[in-house]
Amino acid sequence: MRIGAVTFPGTLDDVDTVRAIERAGAEAVALWHGDADLRGVDAVVLPGGFSYGDYLRAGAIARFAPVMEPVIEAARKGMPVLGICNGFQILCEAGLLPGALVRNHKLRFVCRDQWLRVESTTTAWTTRYEPGAEILVPVKSGEGAYMADERELDALEGEGRVVFRYVEDNPNGSRRDIAGVSDGSGRIVGLMPHPEHATDPLTGPTDDGLGIFLSAMDNVKQGAA
Amino acid sequence: MARVVVDVMPKPEILDPQGQAVAGALPRLGFHGVRDVRQGKHFELDVDDSVDDDTLDKIAEGFLSNPVIEDFVVRRVDQ
Repeated sequence: MRIGAVTFPGTLDDVDTVRAIERAGAEAVALWHGDADLRGVDAVVLPGGFSYGDYLRAGAIARFAPVMEPVIEAARKGMPVLGICNGFQILCEAGLLPGALVRNHKLRFVCRDQWLRVESTTTAWTTRYEPGAEILVPVKSGEGAYMADERELDALEGEGRVVFRYVEDNPNGSRRDIAGVSDGSGRIVGLMPHPEHATDPLTGPTDDGLGIFLSAMDNVKQGAA
Repeated sequence: MARVVVDVMPKPEILDPQGQAVAGALPRLGFHGVRDVRQGKHFELDVDDSVDDDTLDKIAEGFLSNPVIEDFVVRRVDQ
């Protein structure tokens, strides 16, 4: 079981992502933005950070990095792909996920532990959670407000593609408190909060984020069986 | 060579917190009567004559703007 973690120039959370993958029991494979192939991974994570300094728009330049060609191709063929924070922004810019992330409504960078509700437990990344489970993971972003037009939002809700929702307090003005969404197949998921920072109670608020990586491993195993 | 200007603005229905912050600051600075401010991006491109309008539209739509949240206008200007 090999799960890749992509490093772009300006990525920050690749090391924690690798640690989370290993803690879940999979082999972590470091991928570089200039790579032309995915080194035989079974799933891939785009970690958080500030790829290319967030210049132009967050994720807008990373979306055209060489490694994104095989990522997009593999995603279209059904490989589980997860985008966390800046990785979510990259997936939206690449058109693999709907909507866009814009500046937080109060213009402040928000860094805190955040309760989320797992709204969909049928995606490749969330089967380990009980329906409606509430998890506590860090959120840390300045451009985390999820935006899409009303029709798109209604479609996402109707198709069960809102995967995570902020509970209690929406940190950034996201439409309908949306923290994460999936594509139509449920194999591509993006979220602004950071499950990879919540996999070890020693260094994170909880280990609630571990289920994301365990879910993907289950999914890959089932696909192989 | 031609000078091309691309203006990118948040769509009207998209919240523009930066513009709102500017609008909110104006009365505090003693400037009254400004009802709304929207903040966008202004690009100036110097392009070879071989670059046609279709290519410029592709650059503006596919890269300089995000059509989910932004509108753009491309225009050629005299230098």
